[in-house]
Amino acid sequence: MSRDRTESVLYDLPGPRARRRALVGTVLGLLLIAAALALVAMRLADRGQLDAELWSPWIDPSDEQFGAVWGLVRQGATATLIAASLAIACSLVVGVLLGVARMMLGRVLRVPVVLFIELFRGLPVVITIVFVWRAMVELKVDLGFLPGEAALWYLVIGLTLYNSVIIAEILRAGVLSLPRGQGEAARAIGMTERQTMSSILLPQAFRVMLPALISQLIVILKDTSLAAVIGLGYLELLRRGNQISQVLDNPIQSLFMVGAMFIVINFALSRLATYVERRLSHSSGSASAAEAVVPAT
Amino acid sequence: MEPVLDNLDLYWSGFLRSLGIIGWSLLGSMVLGTVLAAFRVSPVASLRAFGTAWVTLVRNCPLTIVLFFMAFGLPEVGVNASFYVFGVTGLVIYTSAFVCEALRSGINAVDRGQAEAARAIGLTFGQTMTQVVLPQAFRSAVPPLGSVQIAMFKNSAVVGAFGVGADLFSVGKTLTSAQGYAYIPVLTGVAIGYLVITLTAGVLLGLLERKVAIAR
Repeated sequence: MSRDRTESVLYDLPGPRARRRALVGTVLGLLLIAAALALVAMRLADRGQLDAELWSPWIDPSDEQFGAVWGLVRQGATATLIAASLAIACSLVVGVLLGVARMMLGRVLRVPVVLFIELFRGLPVVITIVFVWRAMVELKVDLGFLPGEAALWYLVIGLTLYNSVIIAEILRAGVLSLPRGQGEAARAIGMTERQTMSSILLPQAFRVMLPALISQLIVILKDTSLAAVIGLGYLELLRRGNQISQVLDNPIQSLFMVGAMFIVINFALSRLATYVERRLSHSSGSASAAEAVVPAT
Repeated sequence: MEPVLDNLDLYWSGFLRSLGIIGWSLLGSMVLGTVLAAFRVSPVASLRAFGTAWVTLVRNCPLTIVLFFMAFGLPEVGVNASFYVFGVTGLVIYTSAFVCEALRSGINAVDRGQAEAARAIGLTFGQTMTQVVLPQAFRSAVPPLGSVQIAMFKNSAVVGAFGVGADLFSVGKTLTSAQGYAYIPVLTGVAIGYLVITLTAGVLLGLLERKVAIAR
């Protein structure tokens, strides 16, 4: 049976009357949305928020501040991308170690790993970042051996603690979603437990995990902006946007532009995740199993 | 742990304040998310488009930007409220997109044959919805909905960091920067407070999931 996107479990195929009603509803809805948007636009215009001088530093190359604004944006975007890539790389390494440790260690040895995972999964990531930052300063931990400023590493370590336990759980769900026969067959042909994990289970789990990992990258990208809220001196994109809006005195316009950049990047990533997921699910059956563990909030 | 034990009353009131933020956001995001989910599955194309646009925009935007927009953008157009109201509203808007998707995934999880069979035995649209489709949809929506809301509980700390004042996060700020206590014990107290909330919620969710799980 053909099943186009708009058709749902909720309704029968619409007949002529239902189609007419839907059309009337659509027009009414459009009018309502248009009216709401018009109200917003009028309010914005009323308060002078659509004035050219508030927007031109962002959108008009001939504006004298245009270059400075986009220079700051470039620095901020670079800082955000550096923090996000370091965090995803570290989370991946630590997360795989944690996940494998949780699956392979014995009942007793596993306990500290499980506690660690539950601890950082339960903590708000913003608390973790503040804690890492303040504790490291208080204990005078010297991060001088690492490239880049200390604030970057406070952010990266905080993000890694949170996201690595999520990745560990995604990995575990990925392994659990594989058919039991995979592990059993590997053991039956005489592979050790470690060989089974590293050459049979993990490679398949990674494939299943890939969409979930991309979704996690979106989470990390969004969470880098927490630095701007807690006053950590790391000048990522949102912090730069706030600096710009303070100088130009245009919070609406600056936040709009910075928000739009985040949305575009994250939207592209989420499309990529969907695409990868669809490709994988063509070849193997259970691609979405790992996705169900954690919604990308 | 002395700073924590000396200020237990402060922690307690901060804990309650955080629970307040969480309670209002839970209520608001469920209502708004349900409305959006209804939009997204409705036969009316313009409402569907509105729901899709809302989810796409809100889900891909950091919560921090939503909050900054509320607190610094809205006053520019003459909308003024306390940080508390702005914070909760921002959290509601952000969480609503995830609630909507969790509910929609629940509806999509119901097999088409269920509705077809219901219609085939002559149930009306209303009966099909209330007796057959929605009860099953609700059951499959519980686990993702629970994760979304627990994530929201954690995000309430961002609202706190943002400057609502007097909530669990702010207690940490007050004790350290205003009263000069050391960070590690104070923040440990804050962390324990949030863990109590999220771990309890996790256990309750687990019980609820077991209760509504569909035996297949």
